[in-house]
Amino acid sequence: MSSLYDEVAPTPGADVPVRRVTIDVNGQKRTVDVEPRLLLAHLLRQGLALTGTHTGCDTTSCGACTVLFDGRPAKSCTMFAVQADGHAVETVEGMGSASGLHPVQEGFKEEHGLQCGFCTPGMMLTAKALLERNPDPTEDEVRWALSGNLCRCTGYQNIVNAVLWAAKKMRDEQTQEA
Amino acid sequence: MYPSRFSYESPKTVQEAISLLDRSGGEAKILAGGQSLIPMLKLRFASPEMLVDINGIPGLDYLRVDPDGTLRIGALCRHEDLEFSTTLANTHPTLAAAADLVADPIVRTRGTFVGSVCHADPQGDWAATMVALGGKIVAQGPQGRREIDVRDFVLGPFANALAYNEIAVEAVIPGAKGTARGGYLKLERRVGDFATASVAVALDMAGATVSHAGCALAGVGGRTIDANEAISVLQGKPLTAENIEAAAEAVAAVAEPRTDHRGSADYKRHIVKTFVTRLLTNIAKSEQKAA
Repeated sequence: MSSLYDEVAPTPGADVPVRRVTIDVNGQKRTVDVEPRLLLAHLLRQGLALTGTHTGCDTTSCGACTVLFDGRPAKSCTMFAVQADGHAVETVEGMGSASGLHPVQEGFKEEHGLQCGFCTPGMMLTAKALLERNPDPTEDEVRWALSGNLCRCTGYQNIVNAVLWAAKKMRDEQTQEA
Repeated sequence: MYPSRFSYESPKTVQEAISLLDRSGGEAKILAGGQSLIPMLKLRFASPEMLVDINGIPGLDYLRVDPDGTLRIGALCRHEDLEFSTTLANTHPTLAAAADLVADPIVRTRGTFVGSVCHADPQGDWAATMVALGGKIVAQGPQGRREIDVRDFVLGPFANALAYNEIAVEAVIPGAKGTARGGYLKLERRVGDFATASVAVALDMAGATVSHAGCALAGVGGRTIDANEAISVLQGKPLTAENIEAAAEAVAAVAEPRTDHRGSADYKRHIVKTFVTRLLTNIAKSEQKAA
């Protein structure tokens, strides 16, 4: 089965408009040729092999494909890759590593903030953006901020706990540094 | 899902964008936030030959208040810019109340106020607030700029009054002459859903008296419902329970709800009446507290 990316990826010699774009992906400059209608989600997943960004509903509803676009959460199924030219995109792969988890990732681990894991990358990136703006959110504020990310395991309680855990950890780290 | 093929331009000035539209002869669409347009393209409800992405044009992302109280919202002002504004609740409480009910938080980082009004969805939140507040859209084309009253701008579902070579560069919303009071209530099945029914109310108060009243509805008709005339029964009157009841009746009467999967027509009309009552009662209570 050919992927959507293969179908819209530029083939040499085809009479298709192509743009060369340079995108800062997780801190690395990546230069690629894209057809304008290629979705950012598919460039990340198939073009750059960053499969941590999940495509769920493909209709701007579920938030599974959320990435940080210049630091703010954005649904990568509802952006064209060409729009990211000259901008910074952060995916879950950029959050941390197995040996050095981001506090939000640690929180999801500690509080069992996932069941099937499909919504998790989007949840964690939205949470990271929330905590950058609001280091000490109330439970309501966490729920509100995550209301564009759907979890069909309905594990919301532990997801909220995970974000609150991460917020506390990040605040404690700040205090220790100060 | 994939859109059909299009060419992509990213002009650096409004002039350049207009000349691209002009040369396209009607086959180009402006891409701003894209949170309605891109889903429409993916579903192939729209298949323009060219997208003119205005995100790279500097100076269009403003949200500012003129000295006379007029609010100006640039074409690239995102929903969340209104949501996180610290002054909007004082100057334009109707907009502030709607800001965090538009779509969902992630869509709000990209979607734009002006784009949402242009999209002219009968269930759209911002168009309703614009109608209640007497807002205008500034269109810029090869011949210059013109201001279009939002009631003449939204022509019907997904249809606006822009010529093919015009860009909606700004929304202009007058400030209240007295004290601005207002609110927005929306019934939705879940976050991010379109309104089952929603009500925008904008009042201009002179002491305890309503000096001007505006109202519009979303989700209860084939277009944004202009309920300004209906709510004008409040003009020159205080917000007594009796006057509130009369206004709520009058507004509910102009709704044009249809029975669908979101509820029956009767139910939606009932919601409209309840929301008008609730909004006006809340305003009356806060006025009493302030007095």
